[in-house]
Amino acid sequence: MTTVSRSVKRSAKPRTGRNGSKSTPPAVTPNGDPALFDGYFQPDRAHPDAFDEMFDSDGTVRTPYRALHEAIAPTAAADLTARSEALDRAYADQGITFSLSGQERTFPLDIVPRVIAASEWTRLQRGIVQRVKALEAFLADVYADAQIVRDGVIPRRLVTSCQHFHRAAAGIVPPNGVRIHVAGIDLVRDEEGTFRVLEDNLRCPSGVSYVMENRRTMARVFPDLFTRQRVRAVGDYGSHLLRALRAAAAPNAADPVVVVLTPGVFNSAYFEHSLLARQMGVELVEGRDLFCRDNIVYMRTTEGEQQVDVIYRRLDDEFLDPMQFKPDSVLGVAGVLNAARAGHVVIANAVGNGVGDDKLVYTYVPTMIQYYLNERPLLPNVTTYRCWLTDERTYVLDHLDELVVKPVEGSGGYGILFGPNATSRELTHARREIQSDPRGWIAQPVVQLSTVPTKVADQLSPRHVDLRPFAVNDGDGVFVLPGGLTRVALPKDSLVVNSSQGGGSKDTWVLAGKSSGGDRELGGAGLAKSPPPSSPAAEHGPELTAGQQQQQQQQQQQRTR
Amino acid sequence: MLARNAESLYWIGRYVERADDTARILDVSVHQLLEDATVDADTAARVLLSVLGVEPESDEPLDAWSLTELAGYSTEHAGSIVASIASARENARGAREVVSTEMWECLNATFNALPERQSYARWGGPHAFFAYVEERAAMFHGLAASTMSRDDSWRFLLLGQSVERVDMVVRLLLSRVSDRMSSPGWLTVLRSAGAHDTYLRTYRGALDAGRVVQFLLLDRLFPRSVFHAIHEAESCLQQLDRRPTVRIGAKQEALRLLGRARSELEFLRPQDLLEDLPAQLGGLQECIREAGEAVSLQYFHSAPWVAWTAPEVS
Repeated sequence: MTTVSRSVKRSAKPRTGRNGSKSTPPAVTPNGDPALFDGYFQPDRAHPDAFDEMFDSDGTVRTPYRALHEAIAPTAAADLTARSEALDRAYADQGITFSLSGQERTFPLDIVPRVIAASEWTRLQRGIVQRVKALEAFLADVYADAQIVRDGVIPRRLVTSCQHFHRAAAGIVPPNGVRIHVAGIDLVRDEEGTFRVLEDNLRCPSGVSYVMENRRTMARVFPDLFTRQRVRAVGDYGSHLLRALRAAAAPNAADPVVVVLTPGVFNSAYFEHSLLARQMGVELVEGRDLFCRDNIVYMRTTEGEQQVDVIYRRLDDEFLDPMQFKPDSVLGVAGVLNAARAGHVVIANAVGNGVGDDKLVYTYVPTMIQYYLNERPLLPNVTTYRCWLTDERTYVLDHLDELVVKPVEGSGGYGILFGPNATSRELTHARREIQSDPRGWIAQPVVQLSTVPTKVADQLSPRHVDLRPFAVNDGDGVFVLPGGLTRVALPKDSLVVNSSQGGGSKDTWVLAGKSSGGDRELGGAGLAKSPPPSSPAAEHGPELTAGQQQQQQQQQQQRTR
Repeated sequence: MLARNAESLYWIGRYVERADDTARILDVSVHQLLEDATVDADTAARVLLSVLGVEPESDEPLDAWSLTELAGYSTEHAGSIVASIASARENARGAREVVSTEMWECLNATFNALPERQSYARWGGPHAFFAYVEERAAMFHGLAASTMSRDDSWRFLLLGQSVERVDMVVRLLLSRVSDRMSSPGWLTVLRSAGAHDTYLRTYRGALDAGRVVQFLLLDRLFPRSVFHAIHEAESCLQQLDRRPTVRIGAKQEALRLLGRARSELEFLRPQDLLEDLPAQLGGLQECIREAGEAVSLQYFHSAPWVAWTAPEVS
């Protein structure tokens, strides 16, 4: 009981910080250290209008975060630092790294998890499933008859001007109709706390390995956090992915051979490729391990050639097949696209998916949901101005210093211009870029991403986060991994969360609903109906009796005398 | 299993064994140099380096510390301990799905801690570093033995380990061939191979060059003897080959080479052993090299990278 009353007192503390009343003595932990949440609501913090996920505006802790706050608030800063160092070390030793300009680095994992309530998640999940279904329908349509264009719902030039619309992919019909085997939908929370879609990733969305590893490492390093509430498991992603990939195989493959195709050890996401291959128990291959003969793909093994039925590729379209795309690619497999066309192999995710996650096409996704599913979009987009439409471009050019300008083709946070922070030279440059290539640019108002307490030095401070949930489509249904990757912008003021721009990650908890028995991923009946009968005591080898030991000791004493 | 992964496993086996054996050899010889002032340090260090296949760049006289720098910490020399561990780890990184997580974490943590261990050893003496490498290698082999299924991946790892072990024991003996028959140097050979206790128990304490060489080359029961290691490699190769038996000759080149070397040792009169030791050892070294090539020709037919554009013609 005492702990509860203590933490209740502490939960009111940020209010004092927020009011900036310097006279109140700083709250201290039982052992005298300054408390972690001291000065959390500093008046000079970055973006004070942003939605904070742990505290509401008057400083009370929001319901989903209550148990977490109770657990963390009494912790000493030193303890948190020790645990945070243990996290880093665990990652370095397990080799959980990404490569940035040739250097192996660990992806910093923050010690404070991000929490999503059960009801909130249910809503998100429905929105994501709806979006994936609409995008599946769109891809199937544009690579076939393009009915949506004939009906005049979206302009043809939107599709054909997209850099990732591949004519080579036209007419390839996957056996179970799935093109988006794995999708990563990037979500942000705006100032009101509404989740909005920032972009869709339908090609090779990466980051799911961090979702799994973050959970595993957090549970090891901070076990007491998990005892207070039920957090939904994420460890079974591999089995869902394998089921989807096996379901994607041609129906005549009785026991489909699935492989994961990686560019190689120097790729930034190599760790993830190898983790997925290991969790699915399939081979991780490089392009040189595969070859095509007569439209059939084989891999080279120590026992000769083995036919491959499904390739989960983590390689861009351009590098996949030197016969169709970049002829100087050494990473791909020559002829693999024709093998897919012939129906002998399934490429997951399908070639040409990029036309669905172009940032300009993104603005039309709500229209697609309406058109294909005849439903109202459950997840709103972020307001986006399309520079290729004359009136919207005029607006963008007039308000350039208030908007975020993004290249349609960009990823990894490169090429983004924040109008409010930009110098006049940068603005002039951007203006010229937009005018010369209007199709290449979109603009959005600055969204104050929501903040979550994050460990910076010895304190917890608000830092901006986004969320990338992962959806796996096996043809019968879309499975969304509870949670997803929360990326956090570690530098103060930064709104860019990409790992290449100094971002870190957080473990993401989706709380299990109170009554939901079906949500217990690891539950279910056991093998035996009753607990096993008690086993006999452990056996021991012969040991000397106390009397014998005593005799031996005496003998020694006599000798020394 | 993928040919590329098989090759990685074979080389992980070789590199870990190489790091382990180099550490063992250096541990004993460096301490001999440090303890015994009568030894000509420069000559001894140069003999050892040439046997290990490391070329010192400068002509400056070498001592125990610079020997450790060259054969232990140097990243330029491919034969050094640090380089071997780095290569083993790099191979494991590319073959994560056939190496158990525990094995990978062992190698990776070993590699990550190297700089720290080096700086400690530079201050506190090289033994700390060598002991660390030996311990981690033992841990790796223990983890491999307890976490890998006894399928082809295990055989490739063991094959690499055995092949390297033959090579390293031969190098170890080569470093002492110019010693006198009763030189205390032979004791260091036994220590390096971890064979001291076993040898003493087998030969009841009698120490002379003939018996030491016999023990390390011919003993059928000691796991670090050349005979035992070749035998191990042979049985791996036999189990890897699932083709039907042939009636004449050997099934494959590597088996033929190893089998011949093994039977030469097996049926050699023990008293003839010392007569032409350097040539014997040279022959073994050559045989191991050829066997390694034969294995890679037969199993590791991973294709090189192929580019589909013609090279620019100028």
